[in-house]
Amino acid sequence: MILRSFWEHDLAWSFRRSPVTIVAAALTVICVGAALLAPWLSPQDPFNMAELNLNEAFAPPAWDEKGLGRYPLGTDNQGRDILSTIMHGARISLGVGLAAVAFSLALGVSLGLIAGYVGGRFDALIMRIADVQLSFPAILIALLIDGVARVALPGDRHDDLAIPVLVLAIGFAGWVQYARTVRGSTMVEKEKEYVQAARVVGRSPLAIMLAHVLPNVMGPVLVIGTIHIATAIITEATLSFLGVGVPATRPSLGTLIRIGNEFLYSGEWWITVFPGLALVTLVLSVNLLGDWLRDALNPKLR
Amino acid sequence: MRTLLLILALVAAPVQAVTLRWAAQNDILTLDPHSQNHATTHAMMQYTYEGLTRYTKNYQIEPCLAVSWEQISDTHWRFKLRQGVKFHDGSPFTADDVVFSFGRIKQPQGTNQIYVAGIKEVKKIDEHTVEFLLEGPHPLLLRNIVDFRIMSKSWAEKNRSQNIQDYKAKEETYASRNTNGTGPYIIKGWEPDKRIVFVINKDWWGKLDGNVSDVIYTPIKSDATRVSALLSGEVDLVTDLPTQDVERLRKEEKLKILDGHEVRTIFIGLDQHNDELKYASVKGKNPFKDLRVRRALNMAVDREAIKKVTMRGLSIPAGIMIAPGVHGYSKDIDTVTKYDPAGAKKLLGEAGYPNGFEFTLDCPNNRYVNDEKICQSLVSMWARAGFNVKLNAMQFANYIPKLLALDTSAYMLGWGVATFDGLYTLQSLVRTKTTGADGSFNQGRISDAKLDKMIADLKVTTDTKKRDAILKEALEITRDQAYYVPLHHQMRPWAMKQGVSIVYSLDDRPQARFATVK
Repeated sequence: MILRSFWEHDLAWSFRRSPVTIVAAALTVICVGAALLAPWLSPQDPFNMAELNLNEAFAPPAWDEKGLGRYPLGTDNQGRDILSTIMHGARISLGVGLAAVAFSLALGVSLGLIAGYVGGRFDALIMRIADVQLSFPAILIALLIDGVARVALPGDRHDDLAIPVLVLAIGFAGWVQYARTVRGSTMVEKEKEYVQAARVVGRSPLAIMLAHVLPNVMGPVLVIGTIHIATAIITEATLSFLGVGVPATRPSLGTLIRIGNEFLYSGEWWITVFPGLALVTLVLSVNLLGDWLRDALNPKLR
Repeated sequence: MRTLLLILALVAAPVQAVTLRWAAQNDILTLDPHSQNHATTHAMMQYTYEGLTRYTKNYQIEPCLAVSWEQISDTHWRFKLRQGVKFHDGSPFTADDVVFSFGRIKQPQGTNQIYVAGIKEVKKIDEHTVEFLLEGPHPLLLRNIVDFRIMSKSWAEKNRSQNIQDYKAKEETYASRNTNGTGPYIIKGWEPDKRIVFVINKDWWGKLDGNVSDVIYTPIKSDATRVSALLSGEVDLVTDLPTQDVERLRKEEKLKILDGHEVRTIFIGLDQHNDELKYASVKGKNPFKDLRVRRALNMAVDREAIKKVTMRGLSIPAGIMIAPGVHGYSKDIDTVTKYDPAGAKKLLGEAGYPNGFEFTLDCPNNRYVNDEKICQSLVSMWARAGFNVKLNAMQFANYIPKLLALDTSAYMLGWGVATFDGLYTLQSLVRTKTTGADGSFNQGRISDAKLDKMIADLKVTTDTKKRDAILKEALEITRDQAYYVPLHHQMRPWAMKQGVSIVYSLDDRPQARFATVK
C-alpha cells in the first residue's frame, strides 16, 4: 500500500519519465553498494598491510598479457589490488562526502534559521562572515583548516584523526550555501500567518523555528545537499590528490589518482585511470540525481 | 629608453649570461653554512662558502682558501691562507675568519661539528697563516675540513649572527637568510620551496671550469612535475629522477642520462635508548633494545623486491652502513640479510612478542628516492612478520627538527659520506651520542663501548693496514648487532638537456663551476 502510494507520487512519476535519472540512480546504487559491501565483496583487503605483496606490484589489468587473474584491474605501486582499493576508497570518499555534507547542512541550516528568524545584528554578522567565506574557493578553506589541524595535532595521531579532520574541513567550507538559502526562506516564512499565529499562542522562538519554519524551508536544502555530496566527494579527492587528505596507507579515490599520476609517464596507466573513472561515475551520477531532484521539486517547471 | 637600457646591459655584461636551471625534489634547510649537515644544503653552500680545501673532479684534495699546508708534527699542522681573497661584501679574507668559523661551527646547536672533529684549536699566526692543533693524529684531516666553510667574522658580528641558529627551535638569524662567502657564486635570493638564485662572483679568485654564470635551483617535490619540467625545457638538469621514468627518459632524444651511484645508504634507525618507546604499543620496556627484535626487523625486509619494484633496479641492497665508493666498503662484508618473514615472526615470538607490537615509523616524503613509497612497503613487509606499523610521512623540513629533538621511535634516514671514509658514518651514526661530532646523527642513541673504542682508534690510527682492519670489524659488528636496518645504497642517474655537460658527483653535490651549458 505504501509502496503503491510512493509509486504514484509526483516524484516517482517524474523519476520514471527520465531515463537519464534512472541510469544515474542505477549507477549510484552500484557505486554505493560496492562501497558499502567492500569488506565482503572485494577480493583483497587493501588496508591490511600484511596482505600486500610488493613483488606483485604494478601488475597490469587481467586482460593484459602480463596481467594476473586475481587482480582484475591490476595492482598499484604497493601491490594493492586496484579493484579492491577502488571499492574501499569509494567507501572512504562517500563516507567523508556524506559526513561532511551532514555537518555543513546542520551548521548552515541552524545558522541560517537563526539569522533569518532573529534578524538584526546577528543576521548581519553571520551573513558578512558568509560573504567573506564565499570570496574564497571552498578548496582553499578546506586546505586551511586541514593545514592548521595538522600543525595543531600531535604527529602520531594524524592518521587516526585524518578522516574526522577532513570531514570538518570540507564541512566548514560548505555551510554558506545552506545558511543563505535557509535564511532567505525563513525571512519569507516568518511573516506568514501560521508563524504569527504560533507566536501569538506563545510558543517559544526555538519551537517555532524547529517545528514550523524548518519543515517549510527544507525542500531547497535537500536539493543543495544532494548536489553538495558530489562537490564534497570532489573536494575530498582534490585534498587527497594534493596529499593532505587521508593517509597513504588507507587510500581514498583521490589518493589513488595521485599515486597513479606519478606512474603515467612510465606507462602504468591503470593505477590512475580506473580510480579516475570510478570517481567520475560516482560524482556524475550523484550530480544527475541532484539535478533531477531540483527540477522535480521546482513547482515552476512542472 | 628600453633600448638604452638594453645597450647598457649589453655593455655591462660583455660575456653572455649562461644559466643552469637545476631541479631536484629537496629544498635546502637553511643558508647558514654551519647549521645543518644535510647534503642538499651543503651542495648549495659550496657555491657560496668555501673551505680551506676542496675536492677535485675525482675527489682528490686540492687547495682552496688555503694555498699550502705542512705538517709540523702528528698533531700540529700549519696552513698558508690564500691572499687577496675577498668576501662577497668586499671585506678581505684573513686568519681571523678561520679562527672565528672554527669557534662557530663547533657550537652544539649545529650538526656540522664532524667536519672539525679532532681539531683542538685553531691558532692565528699572522694575517695569512693559521695552525691547527689536533687531539691526536688525524689521517683524514684534509678531507674532513672540505665542508668546514669559512664565514666572515666582521660580517657575522655586524649582523649579530655569531651564533648558529637553533634549528630545532625553528630560530632564524641573519645568517640563516643571507650569505656572504668567498665562493664562485653569490646567492641572490632563496624563496623556500620555490627557488634559489645564484649569480657569478666576478671577483672570485679561482677560474671556472665551465661557462655557467647563473644558477637557478628549483625544488620540485612531485615526481611527475619534475620530469615534465625537464621534458618541457623548463629546467636543464634533474638530479633525482623518479626511478620509474628513467628507462623512458633514456630514449628521449633531447636528453642525456648520466649514470652513477651516490655514496649514500638508506636505512631505518631505531630508538635503543629510552626505557619505553615513545610511539609504540609496548609499555614499560623498549623492544628495540632486544637484538632478536632488531634482527626480526632486518629479516622481514625484502630488499630485492624494493630494488626490483620500487627502485626499478636502481639500488644496491645493503647489509652494511656504507656504500661502494666509500673507503672501508667491500662486497664480502656487505652481506644482505636474507628475506625470511617466517623466521622473523619466530624470532619475534622468542623475544616475547608472539603477536608482534605496534610502533610508528617516521619517514620523510621529499628527501630520498622513493622514500615514502619504501616506507609504505616496509609497513606491509613488517606486517607479515607481525609488526603493526603506523606510517608518519612528512616533508623533510619538518622531519629534521623532529629527528633532532629525538622525538621518534623509528625513522628513515639516508647517510651520504662527505669524506669518502667509513669512519664518517660510524662516528656520526654509531658512536655514543655527545653534543659534538661524535654520534651527531645517532638519533636512536646506540651505545656500544666496544665500538666507541674502535671508533676512537680509527680517528688516530695512521697505519693504513691496521686502520682498515678496525674499520672492517666495526662495520661487521654494526651489521651483526643489527643496530640499524640498512635498506640499500642509492643509485641516482641524472638527466639533462643534450647541451649540458657536468661532472657526476658521488656526494650528490653537482658543481656548477664544472658545468657547461650550450
